[in-house]
Amino acid sequence: MALPIAPMRADSDSFTIAGTTMRSRLLLGTGGFPSLGLMAEAIRASGSELVTVALRRVDPQARGSLIDVLAAAGVRLLPNTAGCHTARDAVLTAKLAREAFATDWIKLEVIGDEDTLLPDAPELLRAAEELVDEGFTVLPYTTDDPVLARRLQDVGCAAVMPLGAPIGSGMGIRNPYNLALLRRAVHVPVVLDAGIGTASDAALAMELGCDAVMAASAISRAEDPVRMARAMCRAVEAGRLASTAGRIPRRLYATASTPEEGLAEFR
Amino acid sequence: MILLNGQSSDVPAGETVAGALGRLGLAVDARGVAVAVDGEVVPRAAWESFLLSANARVEVLTAMQGG
Repeated sequence: MALPIAPMRADSDSFTIAGTTMRSRLLLGTGGFPSLGLMAEAIRASGSELVTVALRRVDPQARGSLIDVLAAAGVRLLPNTAGCHTARDAVLTAKLAREAFATDWIKLEVIGDEDTLLPDAPELLRAAEELVDEGFTVLPYTTDDPVLARRLQDVGCAAVMPLGAPIGSGMGIRNPYNLALLRRAVHVPVVLDAGIGTASDAALAMELGCDAVMAASAISRAEDPVRMARAMCRAVEAGRLASTAGRIPRRLYATASTPEEGLAEFR
Repeated sequence: MILLNGQSSDVPAGETVAGALGRLGLAVDARGVAVAVDGEVVPRAAWESFLLSANARVEVLTAMQGG
């Protein structure tokens, strides 16, 4: 399929969610870093401008302030509703996040199964609709189902965040065809969320037409998170460039890249 | 008995949300904090006026690494 190709440079190729333009197409999850210092370094290396945070009970013994570290990093916060299993809990958590962080952006997660952490589609859709009505900018974590993605878009979600594989599994994009279909099914931005294991997974997501990639465990739990953050940054840029460069078609047989014309005859 | 973040507390009925926050070492201008009482958000502007009832369940939440 021919895509419109605009001349671009990786560093000027911004993308926009709900009127907010970002230069980096990599979203970073803050979960799993061994220390706040390493997290801050990885954020810098990733170039990400949008990072997720969770909402949990205050721990009076906690050392260091996540909020202060993220403020110093100059990133925008994307609170999530991780751990919520019902629309009701997710909506309340989103409202608390809005209070705590003064943002109406919410990464909506409504989990339906403990082992796979897969989304609960009916609860997700219900929560999304309610939060949109309440004025939130909703980015739902969803399955790679194109129909559900369209339903989420239709209730007013600002983007959709389909999984490549279960959260933290590092299995990559298990159904690239579904993801390509999903990309064509909606006009809101598509942010590949969950399943990324290494840089090539992020590049593939972008090549399939995703607008951005979210990585959490793949970076935070890598042996060298800062190095992996740098790798993801470049992979997302490379994948984006490739997706807009118009790749060659796949063929079963070889097509010579060197012309036959002028070939010497030795006998 | 008022439950503060799931723990029984010695916060007396009639105490304000701000008073309960004090038990956790939090001032009313603490950054990145949100409060729910009995499953409803209590906005920051109401922390000093909202009075807790005898069996209130108070959740005091803040940012944690995740997602």
